[in-house]
Amino acid sequence: MAKKHHLSAVVNGEPVEFLCEARQSLLEVLRDVLHLTGAKEGCNNGNCGACTVLLDGLPVNSCLVLAVEADGCRITTVEGLADATHLHPLQQCFLEDAALQCGVCTPGFLVAAKALLDKNPNPSEQEIRFELANNLCRCTGYDKIVRAVQHAAARLREART
Amino acid sequence: MATVYIPAALRELTEGVECVKVEASTVRQVIAALEARWPALQGRLRQQDELAAGLAVSIDGAISSRGLLARVGPESEVHFIPAIGGG
Amino acid sequence: MTASAKPAASSSAPQYKVLGTRPIRHDGTDKVTGRAIYAADLHLPGMAYGRVIRSPHAHARIRSIDFSAALALPGVLAVTSAADMPDLKNKFADLGEGRVNLAHLGANCLAQGKVLYRGHAVAAVAAVSPHVAEEAAKLVRIEYEPLPAVTWVLDAMKPNAPLLHDDVFTESMGQLSDKPSNVSRHIHFEQGDVQRGFAQADVVIEREYRTASVHQGYIEPHACTALWNQDGHVTIWTATQGSFSCRQQVAELLELPVSRVTVVPCEIGGGFGGKIPIYLEPVAVLLSRKCGRPVKLTMTRSDVFEGTGPTPGSFVRVKLGATRDGKLVAGEAWLAYDAGAFPGGMIGPGCMCVFSCYEIPHARVDGYDVCLNKPKTAAYRAPGATQAAFACESVIDELAERLNIDPIEFRLKNAAKEGTRRVDGPVYPRIGLVEVLEAARASEHWNTPLAGPWRGRGVAAGYWFNIGLKSSASASVNADGTVTLVEGSTDIGGTRTSVAMQLAETLGIAAEDVRPQVADTDSVGYTDVTGGSRVTFATGLAAYQVGLDIRRQMAERAALLWECDPALVRFEDGVFRTDGRSITFKELAAKLHATGGPVVGRAAVDPEGPTHGFGAHIVDVEVDPDTGKVTILRYTAVQDAGKAVHPSYVEGQMQGGTVQGIGWALNEEYWFDDRGQMRNASFLDYRMPTALDVPMIETIIVEVPNPDHPYGVRGVGETPIVPPPAALANAIYRATGVRLRELPMSPPRVWAALAAAGKSS
Repeated sequence: MAKKHHLSAVVNGEPVEFLCEARQSLLEVLRDVLHLTGAKEGCNNGNCGACTVLLDGLPVNSCLVLAVEADGCRITTVEGLADATHLHPLQQCFLEDAALQCGVCTPGFLVAAKALLDKNPNPSEQEIRFELANNLCRCTGYDKIVRAVQHAAARLREART
Repeated sequence: MATVYIPAALRELTEGVECVKVEASTVRQVIAALEARWPALQGRLRQQDELAAGLAVSIDGAISSRGLLARVGPESEVHFIPAIGGG
Repeated sequence: MTASAKPAASSSAPQYKVLGTRPIRHDGTDKVTGRAIYAADLHLPGMAYGRVIRSPHAHARIRSIDFSAALALPGVLAVTSAADMPDLKNKFADLGEGRVNLAHLGANCLAQGKVLYRGHAVAAVAAVSPHVAEEAAKLVRIEYEPLPAVTWVLDAMKPNAPLLHDDVFTESMGQLSDKPSNVSRHIHFEQGDVQRGFAQADVVIEREYRTASVHQGYIEPHACTALWNQDGHVTIWTATQGSFSCRQQVAELLELPVSRVTVVPCEIGGGFGGKIPIYLEPVAVLLSRKCGRPVKLTMTRSDVFEGTGPTPGSFVRVKLGATRDGKLVAGEAWLAYDAGAFPGGMIGPGCMCVFSCYEIPHARVDGYDVCLNKPKTAAYRAPGATQAAFACESVIDELAERLNIDPIEFRLKNAAKEGTRRVDGPVYPRIGLVEVLEAARASEHWNTPLAGPWRGRGVAAGYWFNIGLKSSASASVNADGTVTLVEGSTDIGGTRTSVAMQLAETLGIAAEDVRPQVADTDSVGYTDVTGGSRVTFATGLAAYQVGLDIRRQMAERAALLWECDPALVRFEDGVFRTDGRSITFKELAAKLHATGGPVVGRAAVDPEGPTHGFGAHIVDVEVDPDTGKVTILRYTAVQDAGKAVHPSYVEGQMQGGTVQGIGWALNEEYWFDDRGQMRNASFLDYRMPTALDVPMIETIIVEVPNPDHPYGVRGVGETPIVPPPAALANAIYRATGVRLRELPMSPPRVWAALAAAGKSS
């Protein structure tokens, strides 16, 4: 077995160092090495979005990123959205709007939606649907997810003004 | 007397009779009465003292989970139907 | 929106404080922060990782399995195959939802002698890491003798078709055929005089319909961890719709007493029926017994497609006759559903649902359950009903058009109601189909004209039984006036909250003051699966009875305080009262220790279903004649919920079921090549709807209370998947003038149909 690689990254604002094999994906390392199991494996080939995390602010399917590629990067997972005492407005709106049923796709949607709102604070319904089309949900039919993102966007805009 | 409907697939064994009145207070007694009248029905509705596999009993529209032990009222309507589950 | 049914909306309609409100779900914070532990998230000290080796053939005899190279790989801890499973020939187990042939169940978990579909589990390995397990799996040498395969239901029924089992015979009401057959069951219903009925008809329409296999498509692949402890006790952490059903299936397969198996249900990432059967659990248990460590098994997405239950592919022929004034007089249906590799598919409910929305005096139904070389089918949301409704509701639409009657009016003229005799015999109690159709007719959607070329509006109705079955619950009163609820229904979609709300309503406290927990099989009484739209109905009933039990015990405490007869204590709006005195639930909760100790309520129920869920859907589409793509412009789902306990989650069930139905109708299908190999076992190629494929799904909740539940609950989860394919087919016809009778109505198929009719550009 090849030697493991020694990597460092900033995960949810905290500097971390870890060892990984060259063949391990970022998703595997987050879940199995760093024990951040919020990102889920739904397909392991980039089609469901349940493993979405932010890599230097951009949404990626962490199952398609090799962990060694993340050396020196900033990574945000669903665990990094809330602060110590408050949920992120997206999380709060997902709860208020019943935008989750089984909840397994929810971490990916929340992270993807954050990426969307970071670049576009006032997206249309169509823009939300387009940006979230990388994330599959089998329970909700997307209606309440789209509404929750709209509500969170409005709440974030209010907070800024 | 309870009204018992003969499943369509068994009516060739009951001379075409679709529905009979039966003196019975449990499903076991219902089946026993049917088997007494039409011996060819033996083994078709119950096997080894259980309702036949894949079969359920509907009494007055409600599907009982008690099988042969299910109670039948004097005015009850009894049907033998396929068992259903759900997703 | 919620529309109360007219007859029920009288002044006597009960006023609820908790039911009908929209509290935040109790498990919500854990699920939006990533803290909730799903089965694949579990990590135990010393855990080993397993990998299942699956058949590359659709049908083959297993000649030999050679583990030697795999066992020689460093880090490999254990291997297993069917040789390690007990022989269970001719043993059956009652799993609540029906009897199961244990030999078939076991052979589906680890193939016995033959593989019956590509993806069929044959052997498994456990190793120190997932990657070592994967390498070891490649080193297991399995020799096969390939056999001819069959994957279309009508082909499998032919006398010369490849035979899957030599011990499966055609069963017809307790009688078996002389020769083995792929057709494992024939169902026959008949009422009235069908010949006479059709003779009375002025219009008769007979059509044939085909549907492809589709998958439940839950986002979480199956996963479990099992530990065979040194004391012989087995613990399984798993993603299951029924922890007790899982416990029983594993115990029966491995010939263990149920008390030696504990199933700990993890959070579950969707199921829709597909996580009722077990697949990985007994394999993980066998591996754990051999290596003495907890063993985790997870499926890949292609394992899920190729190795777990899709819904039946089907062929359905429906013939309906009506008089000139629009009354249905006769019906005939012939249904063949594939069961997959082992008998016991969804044909029973298919036969019972095909005419379930209508009063048809003369009707006959024949149905066939057929084995073929696909994964064993599993329940999928209203299992068997969608295929049947696609056929029946399409013919109903053609009849309405031929008779020049509005399609909702035609359905209303013939709608099943209280007293209607179903073709399978039983008579409906109070049901809500008429109210649902009236709400659809009164909807803003139906009354908004749709204009434009290649556009059309379709409508369809749908039915699912909704079942009862067993549930247990207990609850203890805390000194601060809150209540801790323990129940056994694994929570797939927010049922902790819909159950807790019914306890809160019964106790006159806030939903937030109940803390619901889903317990393992050692910590709560037997509870049947989360399925059949039963949890809010049946486990909710258990919670209601727990509440009554607590009220009774609390009234005794109040009587003790007041030195009066407990029978004189009344409970109203969360307050215990007797002549001139009162104490709130919360105040009394603080005095329990001084009045005799803890109060724990308990209930175990086994209510009888069905509770009868009816829905009607309206859809507007636009068809692109150049590509055959169908775009949904607007969609409205109407459904009778009995009583919508948490309207947001009722709407969510309606919206989610609808979109699954849309996927089934327009895109999803298992693609098999001529060797019976599924060629699209990924989410890229098996195309489920994304957010971009669908519009908002408007919902209208109708409430015709279920007389057999204290709060009128009917259950809602399954019905909404039933109408979409027919509603879409009817809409496509109105848009193009072409009727599609095969699912999915994917762009190539729609384009080909338009081309054949000379309508494509």
